[in-house]
Formats: sequence, structure tokens, C-alpha cells
Amino acid sequence: MAHTTIVVGLDGSEAGARALSFAKTQAGRIENCKIALCYVIEWSPFTFQTPEENDQRHKRREEELALAHERIVDPAVKAAKAEGFDVTGIVQHGDVADILERVAVEHDAAQIVIGRIGARGLRERLFGGVSGRLVATATVPVTIIP
Amino acid sequence: MNTRFVQAAAAAATAALFVPTAAAAQDAVSFDQKVNDIFAGSTGWFVNLIFAPLPGTAFPWIVLWLVVAASVFTLYFGFIQVKAFGHAISLVKGDYSDPNDAGEVSHFQALTTALSGTVGLGNIAGVAVAVGIGGPGATFWMILAGLLGMASKFTECTLGVKYRNEYPDGTVSGGPMYYMTKGFAERGLPGGKVLAVVFAIFTIGGALGGGNMFQANQAHAQIAGIFGDFPGWITGLVFAAVVFMVIVGGIKSIARVTEKVVPFMGIMYVAAALVILAVNFDQIGWAFGQIFEGAFTGLGVAGGLVGALIQGFKRAAFSNEAGVGSAAIAHSAVRTKEPVTEGVVSLLEPFIDTVVICTMTALVITISGVLVMDPATGRFVLNEAGTMIQTVDGSSGVQLTSAAFATGFSWFPYVLAIAVILFAFSTMISWSYYGLKAWTYLVGEGKAKENVFKIIFCFFIIVGAAANLGAVIDFSDAMIFAMAVVNITALYFLMPIVKREMNSYFARLKTGEIIKFAG
Repeated sequence: MAHTTIVVGLDGSEAGARALSFAKTQAGRIENCKIALCYVIEWSPFTFQTPEENDQRHKRREEELALAHERIVDPAVKAAKAEGFDVTGIVQHGDVADILERVAVEHDAAQIVIGRIGARGLRERLFGGVSGRLVATATVPVTIIP
Repeated sequence: MNTRFVQAAAAAATAALFVPTAAAAQDAVSFDQKVNDIFAGSTGWFVNLIFAPLPGTAFPWIVLWLVVAASVFTLYFGFIQVKAFGHAISLVKGDYSDPNDAGEVSHFQALTTALSGTVGLGNIAGVAVAVGIGGPGATFWMILAGLLGMASKFTECTLGVKYRNEYPDGTVSGGPMYYMTKGFAERGLPGGKVLAVVFAIFTIGGALGGGNMFQANQAHAQIAGIFGDFPGWITGLVFAAVVFMVIVGGIKSIARVTEKVVPFMGIMYVAAALVILAVNFDQIGWAFGQIFEGAFTGLGVAGGLVGALIQGFKRAAFSNEAGVGSAAIAHSAVRTKEPVTEGVVSLLEPFIDTVVICTMTALVITISGVLVMDPATGRFVLNEAGTMIQTVDGSSGVQLTSAAFATGFSWFPYVLAIAVILFAFSTMISWSYYGLKAWTYLVGEGKAKENVFKIIFCFFIIVGAAANLGAVIDFSDAMIFAMAVVNITALYFLMPIVKREMNSYFARLKTGEIIKFAG
């Protein structure tokens, strides 16, 4: 049977929690609706590293993934499951906007839900935050929860 | 990296700095003298052996050893540096990286980390020495040697990734020590273990000397050049403290800042060179004419054609470290299922280091007119001793490069001084790692054992900055090239393995079994 998927961007903040609760409300109204909870660890392949950082990178990556699951994604998945939702948790390294878009495409999602976070720092003020970039580039509808 | 020629220039500069305060530094000088004597006495034979000229020439056999190896690898792998150049750029861009591996060390990161270990004084000071002695023609031979060296890098870095050790906790250790032992065992050859131990010992020597003391010494000379003379141990102490914080204290932020500033400095250096070339664009054709003509006629420089050739080959070999084995250590941390991909990426290293950056320096020096030419004959004027081309202000090494760039931007010497200091720092960080890997290979892994080496390393920074230890530096430079003797020997035995990997990889790339992820 066909189902709908909603991708939710979690970041461990209040805004992420608001996005999740909005997604739950939506999912409650749609039959066979899945929620994909996605936490992105900011990372770029184009940074400059020391040799020592490089040889420990694999270990650090495993630690980062475990930590993100343990602290943020798994508790949220567990809570949502207890409420009767069909949820999966995803943790990935990369650029937040790129990864949310890619996860949405992979899951054939109907929409992406993220919470709005005020612009932090000069870079975001100049080039736009995650929400701005996602809205500008996403191929699926994006809902931003204030 | 450094060279004995840069050293010569540096030693002269440092000596000049030390002489006026000889009275104050009397004790230090006599201490230096003692250390020099002990070192020269016990290690001189080794230095002479490594840098011995071929009979009847001034051509050191070690340079021929590196150039012959690079030519053999170039032919054996069917001009891999030409064939795979485009693919190397695709790999660095991440076109073939599996998105599910995001968060692992990327090809770009492995390449830039290795580059920050090689781009440095050699590109700025060494080239000036080469052009000063060998004339613009040296540039031609330097570029040729750089292009050939790409094949050596390809060979060693492919092996470095293929035979690295991966530990249960997820960290990796790689480098020639590992391919010597595992690769030789796989081919059923004896002696791998012996080669590995000898290589590791040379690597530790090279790390403490060329990768450390020489850098500290040069950084101090630069700082003293700006602020006036002051005792070297002060610079040494500051450098040692910062390096200590990074490698022992694990203060990542300092390393991160350097790793960001160093590439920026590199880009700025090339950009400044390009601007100077653009302003003098009408002379670029003439400069290339000088380079080609000088390459085959010598244009009256010291030693003529052979002088230009020796200088160019030396400069390239000493600058990009192709065949030395150090890059194989740096590149082995990349996360890839295909060792060949890292080998392919590493070919960009001599290209960027030698073919691009060294050539920029050479062109700027040639065009800037800091080399004195006889307008009547179009030939260079030699200095009184007849050892090198006369320069406008009598300078050589870093000072010559500085003077050449100053003809375009008067403030550039200050930027260059900062660049030299930062390059020295990043080279130290890189070599502390190479030395550490060799150390742990010999004594075993473990926090306490690692810290012993790191503290020794920091101590040598102070020694290097404080003293003018010519013999010590000669010895450690000889160590770096001794690494190449052992490493290239191993590469000759292991190159069939690389060929097998290469053929398999490119066949699968052709059939589409290896796919592009990003469009």
C-alpha cells in the first residue's frame, strides 16, 4: 500500500522539537504516513586537516554517529514509536541542506519539515541559513516551523 | 622541503646575524662549535656518501637516483601522470566519493595535508638559489623533474594506502614501513623487515633535522630579519611551546588555524606572482625564451648547461619529496576501497608543488630583473667568485625571492616573511607526524611512548632555532635522502603490485563498474 513520508530535520534544539511535533500532527492526519528523523553532523570534505586528525578521523566519525544517535535521534524515535508513529532515524555527515534534500529524494518524501533558527554568525547572515538554502534548492515542498 | 643550497644561503644569512653579537653569544657559539665538531666527526662520512657526486662531475648520485626512479615509474605505468590527470581532479572534487562515507577523510583532505608538508621553503628559497646559480634554464629541468616525480608519488602513495595498518579502534597507520614488511612478505621476498627498520630510523632523523631544526632555524632568520637580531632560543621556545600545545596538548584550534592560513598563504603567493606576471605580460614570452634557451645553452651561467640541469633536478627532487616516502605516510589515512585512487590524487602533489609554485617563483625572479644581465651580450653577469649570477642587491635565497616580488609590491617582503614562518610551522607539524609514525613502528604504539618522541621533537625545535648547526642539518638532510634510497629500492620490488592494482582499477572504471556519485 502506498505511503507518504515526511522528512524532519532534527538539530537537538527547541526548533527541531517544534518541527517534529508539527510533523507528528500532520502524520496523524494522513494514513500510512512515515516519519524520517534526520540529524546532520556539519562536515565538509574540503577542509584542511593535520595528519593526526586524518588518521583518527574514522574513529571520530564513529563516535560522532554514536553520540548523535544516543543523545538526539534514538530518544526521539523511541518517543515517537511509543506514540504509535512509523519512524526511522537517520544520522549523516555533510551539509544540512544537501543532506535533507538527498534523504527526501531517497525516501520519495512528500515534504521536509524543519524548525527556523535565527541566523547565527556572519556567514549565515551573508549567505543565508540552512532554511534559506533548503528553500532555494529543494525539489520537494519545505515547511518551516517558526 | 629544504635543501643544502637553501641552507648555504641561510647559513650565510644566519651567520651574518650572529656575528655582530658574537661577544654576547660567545658561550652559545662555542657550544654550537662543540656540537658541530662531534656531529661532523661522527656523521660526516654519511653525509659525504649520500651527497657524493658522480665520478668526474658535480652531479650528486642521489639526485640521479631520484630522477632515474621517476623515469622508470613513468615508463612502467605508461605515463600515468598524463593519463590519470583529469581523473585525479575528479577524485579530489569528490565525484567518485560514496555519500555514505561522508565524514571520513576525503581525497581533498589527504592531498592538502600532504601538500602542507612539502610546500614551504623549498618553493620560495630553494628556487631562488637554483635560478641564481643555474640561471632561468634551471626552471626547465625543474619542471621536467617535477612531471616525472608525479609517477614516483603515484607508486608510493598507492602502496601506502594498500598496506596500511587499520587498528580495531578505527585509527590507521601507514607508510613505507608497512608496505616494506607486508608487501615483501606477500611477494615472498626477504628483507622487508630490515628495510622497514632502516627506513624508520632515517625518517626519525629526517623529521628531527630537515623537518624540524632546519625549519626553526629559517623561521628565526626571517623573524630576526624583520625585528632585528635577538637570541634564537626565544623564537625556538615560542615555536616549541606552540608545537607542544598542538602535538602533545592536542590543542586542535591552533593546528586548524594554521591549516587554514597555510593554504591561503600558498594561494596568495601564487596570486601575487600571477599579478606580477600579468603586469609584465609582454615579457612572459621572453622569460620562457630564457628558460628554454638557458636549459640547453646555459646562457653563460656558472657551469653552463650542466649547471642549469643539476640545479633544476636538485630543486625539484628536494622540493616535492617524490620518492622519499614521506607522502605515503600522509596519504594513507584516506578512506577508500581503491588504493589506486589515492595514488592518482597524489600525482597532483609534485604538480602543484613544483610545476606550478616553483615555476611561478622562477618566472617572477626572471622577469623582475633582479638577475644582472649584460645588455650587450644578453648573457648573465657572474659574481666575482664566478659561483652564481650577480643579483641587483647581492642577495640570494629567500632574500632574492623577496627582492623579486618587491619589484611588484613593495610590501610583499612582509607577507613573505609571515608565509615563511607559517610554512615552517606547518612543515614541522607534518614531520612531527612522520617521525612519530616511524617511532611507533620501532617502539610500539602507546600514549607514553608517543609523548617521549613528541617531547624530544619539541626540544629539537629550540636547538634548531638557537644554533647554527650546519653539520647537524647536513646530517638530517642526508637522512631525508637516505629515506629515498631505501624507499625507492622497495618501490622497484613492489611496482608489479601497483601495476596490477592500476590495471584492475582503470579496467573497472572503463566498464562502468566504478561509478560516479556526484554529477
